[in-house]
Amino acid sequence: MRLRWLYWLIGGIILFLIPHVISDEYWMHMIITTGMWMMLAVSMDLIYGCTGQLNLGHAAFAAVGAYITALLMLRLEWSYWLALPLSGLGAAAVSLLVGVPTMRLKGLYLGLATLGFSEIVRLTLLMWASVTRGPMGLPGIPLPTFGSFTFESKTSFYYMILALLLFTVFCVYRIIHSRVGIALMAIRDDEIAARAMGIDSSRYKILVFVVGTFFAGIAGSFYAVYVSFISPDSFKMLDSFMIFAMPILGGIGTLVGPLIGALILYVLPEATRVFAQYRMLWVGILLVVTMVTQPLGILGGLETLAGKFRRPKNGVKAE
Amino acid sequence: MQPLQQLVQQIINGLVIGSVYSLVALGYTMVFGILGFINFAHGDVFMIGTFFGLVLLGTGHFNFTAALIGAALLTGIAGVAIEVVAYRPVRRFGKGFEDTMLVSAIGVSIFLETLAQIIWGTETHALNSGIHSVDFQFWGLNVSSIQILILVTGVVLMVVLHLFVTRTVTGAAMRATAQNMLAARLMGIGVNRIIAITFAIGSVMAAVGGMMVGAYFDAVYPLMGWTAGIKAFTAAVLGGVGSIPGAMVAGVLIGLVETLGSAYISSGFRDGFAFIILILTLLFMPSGLFKARKGEGKV
Repeated sequence: MRLRWLYWLIGGIILFLIPHVISDEYWMHMIITTGMWMMLAVSMDLIYGCTGQLNLGHAAFAAVGAYITALLMLRLEWSYWLALPLSGLGAAAVSLLVGVPTMRLKGLYLGLATLGFSEIVRLTLLMWASVTRGPMGLPGIPLPTFGSFTFESKTSFYYMILALLLFTVFCVYRIIHSRVGIALMAIRDDEIAARAMGIDSSRYKILVFVVGTFFAGIAGSFYAVYVSFISPDSFKMLDSFMIFAMPILGGIGTLVGPLIGALILYVLPEATRVFAQYRMLWVGILLVVTMVTQPLGILGGLETLAGKFRRPKNGVKAE
Repeated sequence: MQPLQQLVQQIINGLVIGSVYSLVALGYTMVFGILGFINFAHGDVFMIGTFFGLVLLGTGHFNFTAALIGAALLTGIAGVAIEVVAYRPVRRFGKGFEDTMLVSAIGVSIFLETLAQIIWGTETHALNSGIHSVDFQFWGLNVSSIQILILVTGVVLMVVLHLFVTRTVTGAAMRATAQNMLAARLMGIGVNRIIAITFAIGSVMAAVGGMMVGAYFDAVYPLMGWTAGIKAFTAAVLGGVGSIPGAMVAGVLIGLVETLGSAYISSGFRDGFAFIILILTLLFMPSGLFKARKGEGKV
């Protein structure tokens, strides 16, 4: 435990050095995009992993964030640093609008409602052509600037997404390890029992939903300035499904699990890009194989494996 | 065309497409009734079925009826294979792993779509059903023989399924499994066999629906399972997930709303009506039109 700060230091140095070691533009692009997926996966895990709310429309909230940023910067020429938090808040406001009426739905029904909502967002973006230019999308989103510095190189975007991701992970970590987090776990494990203990479950569920989608909006906002072009097809239903699968693949409610899940689901198909056509084939196979062998995800599987070798603590086997 | 005739014409078109949605919705609702998860891969089973038909027709040895039956059989086998590979192993972990099956279904869906794109390319193929479609005209209305074929096939299949579920021993076993899987197993029902049969039936229905749509629009493409699948499961939800008659009625309703909505409100929003219905259903009557009463009507 005394060496903890050392681990943090080494980890920090590695993260800091990555863009200076990797010079290949393509790999840097991969790493930056993975960072964005990780943000989405971690915020998804806050919603799904901590309270068990099935959200099958996470990408739609990212789309809301991306469009808010794009429109504010293109039409009103606002600074990115104003558009970024507003995108998060916008996505959170939309989620409040969706969340309050759907909060009494449970499990799959909530999943279907969020899925239906995400498709309505996509259709709205397509149809509301006077503002969103419909299927043509919004090109030429300006690069963010800070004083005289312009975020243009891959390195600068790397540090930006790193900061955003660390901020997300930090916030989620603080939420999970707080009084609220304990209430959330209680709700996930047994909502009726939690209510009987005096936990206002609806309030907590909405809170988590809103906070989680806030980060989705931020991730979408980053995507908008990084790629500088967005269209309704930038955030598809498939993306929502992938974001949903990431924490489950890695191991829910663990914070590290969603990061692993995002890494695997995003990097694996890209790494096999030699067989470009086949890449999604691997994703499909991977999802099925993991689910039928490790229903608790990769981390869950590792833990079971470790438990077999670990000496039971104080004579009581850790569950 | 007179306004009234136009309305009737749109209603007929809606009924035709709606009966296809019903056929596909049955697969969703039956699986949900027993396993408690939405089989997201079902839309892609629908697509694969249509491609089977395309291949069989392409060989030139089959007429439409033979290709339809062949595609239905192959798709039934594929459906059972998916069940055995992707869902059955998850069930051995016990209850509470519905979301795991959901992710597994997403995996199957991605796999099937990519496979179809690799084999047949991303372009749209013409089915070349070889059906010589005749247009019947009366009272200013226009009804093609394909439309009649779709409606009749849909109704016949649904009646047969209803009789199968309510009147046969296997049907009773299906209903028992849906009510209580453990109790059904204790009564000596081979639950895994029943589930496999359920997947086979659902897949056969989806393949028939796919062939009908393929012949109707003369278009087959790897992503056709998405929109049809989503509308079909909206139908399953609207009908009350788990309820077979519900799925039948709701599928037709969705077809009607969609056709009338795109004719009178906005044609660009055509695919959006189903989602609005989905959300309204979930908000105001989550148990659907046909609340499956315990022990009855629910597969």
